[in-house]
Amino acid sequence: MIVSLYAPPRLSSRWFAVWQRNFLVWRKMALPSILGNLADPLIYMLGLGYGLGSLLPEVAGSSYVAFLAAGTVCASTMNAATFEALYSAFSRMHVQKTWEAMLNAPLELEDVMLGELIWAATKSLLSGCAILVVIFGLGLATSPLALGVLPVILLTGLAFAALGLIINALAPSYDFFMYYFTLFITPTTLLSGVFFPREQLPEAVQGVTQILPLIHAVQLVRPLLRGEVPAQAGLHVAVLLAITVAAFLVALVLTRRRLLR
Amino acid sequence: MQPLVVDSLVKRYGDFTAVDGVSFAVEPGTCFGLLGPNGAGKTTTLRCCLGLTAPASGTVRLNGLPVPESAREARLQAGVVPQFDNLDPDFTVAENLLVYGRYFGLADAAIRARIPELLDFAGLAGKEKAPLRSLSGGMKRRLTLARALVNDPDIVFLDEPTTGLDPQARHLIWERLKALTARGKTLILTTHFMDEAERLCHQLAVIDHGKLITQGSPQELIVTHIEPQVVEVFGEDAPRWAETHGPLADRCEVSGETAFFYCREPAPLLAALSSAPGLRYIHRAANLEDVFIKLTGRELRD
Repeated sequence: MIVSLYAPPRLSSRWFAVWQRNFLVWRKMALPSILGNLADPLIYMLGLGYGLGSLLPEVAGSSYVAFLAAGTVCASTMNAATFEALYSAFSRMHVQKTWEAMLNAPLELEDVMLGELIWAATKSLLSGCAILVVIFGLGLATSPLALGVLPVILLTGLAFAALGLIINALAPSYDFFMYYFTLFITPTTLLSGVFFPREQLPEAVQGVTQILPLIHAVQLVRPLLRGEVPAQAGLHVAVLLAITVAAFLVALVLTRRRLLR
Repeated sequence: MQPLVVDSLVKRYGDFTAVDGVSFAVEPGTCFGLLGPNGAGKTTTLRCCLGLTAPASGTVRLNGLPVPESAREARLQAGVVPQFDNLDPDFTVAENLLVYGRYFGLADAAIRARIPELLDFAGLAGKEKAPLRSLSGGMKRRLTLARALVNDPDIVFLDEPTTGLDPQARHLIWERLKALTARGKTLILTTHFMDEAERLCHQLAVIDHGKLITQGSPQELIVTHIEPQVVEVFGEDAPRWAETHGPLADRCEVSGETAFFYCREPAPLLAALSSAPGLRYIHRAANLEDVFIKLTGRELRD
């Protein structure tokens, strides 16, 4: 238990019981959940990729649908982790009071939040995997190096789950999440090279937006799907890791302020 | 060892002092009641005892361990029945117990072995596979009690365990709680039902405005704080009648159309009432509710 809001986190392996709880709920509804996670990004990827793609010459050295496939993996990972850390975690924290029940057991808030963080990343990994299967099925990626996308998906999921937990800690109700989607998630999707190469953006915008986590995910995933080793891979991984750690710590302090006062 | 010792506990929210210097100690195998009106500081006191919030000052020792510093270890041997239901709606009865047992680091096999016994105790035998949504309010409450026992705790905290239940369900919960103290478990109970406190608690502490006003056994509190006999007089004319006949009792209070006469010797008052045929009255022994009203007043609390 914390004596101060800013005490360092006391992490333990108890987070796994929280993860297991969420997994057990998910297992009961796995099929509709996977289909739900898969349908939306696939419709965009195939619709835009083949529809718009037929009007376009090669984009950044590949067909538009292959270009978009990499962006779709990243964007859907972001969305899956964000939804889980906002709506689902908020249900458990605020509506169902599941977190309260956990905190009455020998779990600390750190355990609960770490369990939620890793669970949200797991869900994004599941949805990323499903899309990856389709990408392989369509022959949009052929290199075994493309499997290197899996750890990137997990890391991207962690970063967006941690950011989502900050918003979760601040939210008075579900409606609040609309601001986050409108003001952060949607611009992020458009500025990170998901639909078109970032080089099309004005240089000033390119510079300012360099900190957006999704950019780093895209810059890792796109070359991997093409079968190339990404340039500056260490830097991109480090940025995603740093965002995860920093956002998780901020979310922990804010959630302590909310629940343990 | 006393399983719970609270000393000079203070908890503030800004300028508001929710708990103001509360001290008490609980003997093992007894039921200790925290009694008080809404907003008196009962739930905040419990939260401090469990290490869910850090007090401004004062100390708590739960199961011999300092809280909040060692709350995680202390809670390993504690169970909690919260005020508001927080069972997992997506799970069956057995899954609720299994998942909760994992939070204590228990192995699945050990939890599964305990489930029939727990359900039997809670009057839910054979309900393992029942989805949570199929349970009545009373059944959910009993499942919450079973869940609080999944780790076989030495001490169980119950925050208003029977609020919102029908009389049958309340009686069943009371009987189960008595069975727990009979097995040597220590119970910490908050309630504002006086009959509940009188029936279950060996020791009571009355809290109001964050302060502990008095503590003792239910009988001690009644003997110490209140005249032994009460005559309640009802009716439109009761307040006026009380104005003239008040001196026949040691103390007289009027609330709405009821006059309460507290007395050591009720005979003169009863004689006067027999010659006032328009008034209805009951004559009874003083109870905990009389003590509670005397100590915390009659005004409504929000």
